[in-house]
Amino acid sequence: MSQVRVLVGTRKAAFVLTSDAKREHWEVSGPHFAGWEIFHVKGSPVDPNRLYASQSSGWFGQLIQRSDDGGQTWSPMDNQFTYDGVPGTHQWYDGTPHPWEFKRVWHLEPSLTDRDTVYAGVEDAALFRSTDGGGSWHELSGLRGHGTGPKWQPGAGGMCLHTIVIDPTNPQRMYIAISAAGAFRTEDAGETWKPINRGLVSPMLPNPTADVGHCVHRIAMNAARPNLLFMQKHLDVMRSDDAGDNWHEVSGNLPSDFGFPIEVHAHEPETVYVVPIKSQTEHFPPEGKLRVYRSRTGGTEWEALTHGLPQRDCYVNVLRDAMSSDTLDPCGIYFGTTGGQVYASANSGDDWTAIVHDLPAVLSVEVQTLA
Amino acid sequence: MIRVYLPSPLRTLAKISGEVELDVVAPVTQRRILNAVEAAYPMLRGTMRDHVTQVRRPFIRFFACSEDLSHESPDAELPEAVVNGTEPFLVVTAIAGG
Repeated sequence: MSQVRVLVGTRKAAFVLTSDAKREHWEVSGPHFAGWEIFHVKGSPVDPNRLYASQSSGWFGQLIQRSDDGGQTWSPMDNQFTYDGVPGTHQWYDGTPHPWEFKRVWHLEPSLTDRDTVYAGVEDAALFRSTDGGGSWHELSGLRGHGTGPKWQPGAGGMCLHTIVIDPTNPQRMYIAISAAGAFRTEDAGETWKPINRGLVSPMLPNPTADVGHCVHRIAMNAARPNLLFMQKHLDVMRSDDAGDNWHEVSGNLPSDFGFPIEVHAHEPETVYVVPIKSQTEHFPPEGKLRVYRSRTGGTEWEALTHGLPQRDCYVNVLRDAMSSDTLDPCGIYFGTTGGQVYASANSGDDWTAIVHDLPAVLSVEVQTLA
Repeated sequence: MIRVYLPSPLRTLAKISGEVELDVVAPVTQRRILNAVEAAYPMLRGTMRDHVTQVRRPFIRFFACSEDLSHESPDAELPEAVVNGTEPFLVVTAIAGG
C-alpha cells in the first residue's frame, strides 16, 4: 500500500510526517536539527530515501544535510557556496551597486534522473549544482553573468533564487525564479539562460514591463504538460502556454492577486491552487478567512475551498515553498502556515484537516508518494 | 593540549560532548586553533568563520582568560594559560533572538 511522507521545514527544526494512502492518521518525526532554520527539505525522485535539507542559522551560517534512509539519520555535507569568478555587484534597495554575498540556500531541487545531482537556489541569487550528492557545490554562473545581473534587486525577503523547476521531458530545460529579478529559462542544462518575463506587469518598476526586475513568487508545472506554467507573482496570478515565452494574467475572481505559493494538481494540468493574501503589506488572508482557491479551468475562474480551514480570526501566512501535492488518486494537497499548522486535503482540496497544529512557523512543505 | 569549548549547537553538529582537546603547534593562535578544530571536525567548516576569507562570523565571539579576544589578530599568540591548557579557548555565540 502506498505511503505519503511530508517533509516540513520550519523556523526552528525539520519534521517528517507520515501516513498511509488513506491520509487519515499521521505520525510525526522530529524535531530534526532543533534550533536551526530549515528552509527546505526535498527527496530525490530517483531514490525517495535520499533527502536533502537546507539548514541555516544567523550564528553559524549555512549547512546542507543529507539522509539516505528517509530522514531517520542525517549527515552534514559540503556547505561552501563560492560564487564563480569575481562576483560583481547587483542593485541594493536604494539602487546603488552592492556586492554579491552568499547568505543561505532557499531551495534544493534534486535531479529527476540522478540521485547524486541536486540544484541549490541561493541568496544572493545564484544557482549551484552538486553532482556528488552534496559533497561539493559549483555555481552555474551563466545565470548570474548573462547580462542583467547588475540590474537585479532584492525583494523584502532578500534577493533569493527560490524556485527551480526541471522539465521532466527535457532535462536540458529548467526554469528558475528570483525575487526580484523574475523568471529565467535554460535550454542547455544551466549553461546559458534567458529572461522569460514577457507579459508580466509590475507597477512598482520604472518600466512596468521591463525584461527583468519582476518579483516572481513561485512557478508551478504539471509534468504531463511541461509547456504550461503557472506563476504567483508579487501581484497577479499568471499563465504561460509556451514554456514561459509569453504570460497572461489569470487572477480572475480571486479576492486578492497577492500571494506566495502556487501548485498544480498531480493529474489535472489545468487545476491550480493558490492561497490569496490580503496585500503586499498585510501578509494574512483577506477577512481573516484562510481560503485555498482552486481553478479547474487553468485560471480566471476560481472557487474558494474552506471546509476544515479557519474562517474567522485567522492571520497566518503561507510562504512560497510551503505548498505541495501527492500523486495519489484522489490527489492530496498540503500546505503549511506561519502559525505552525500543516493542512492536508485527501480529496483535491474539497476538505481540509490540520495534520499537525503547533509546529514553529512553516517555511516549506514537500510531499513524497512512496510505493 | 589545547582545550576548546564550543557552543552546544556545534557540539551537537559534530557529535561531541564537553570540551575538545587538540594538539596545536606553537605559536598557538586563534587561526591555528580553528584550523585544528576544523581538521578534526570538518562539518564545522564555515560555521565559525568564513570559508574563504576566514573572517569570524558576526555573531561568533572568542573568549579566553576572562578576555574578549574577538577583535585580536587571528595570528596573535594566545595567553600562556590557553597554551598550557590551564584555561580553555571559548567559542561563544552572541545573545540574539530576544
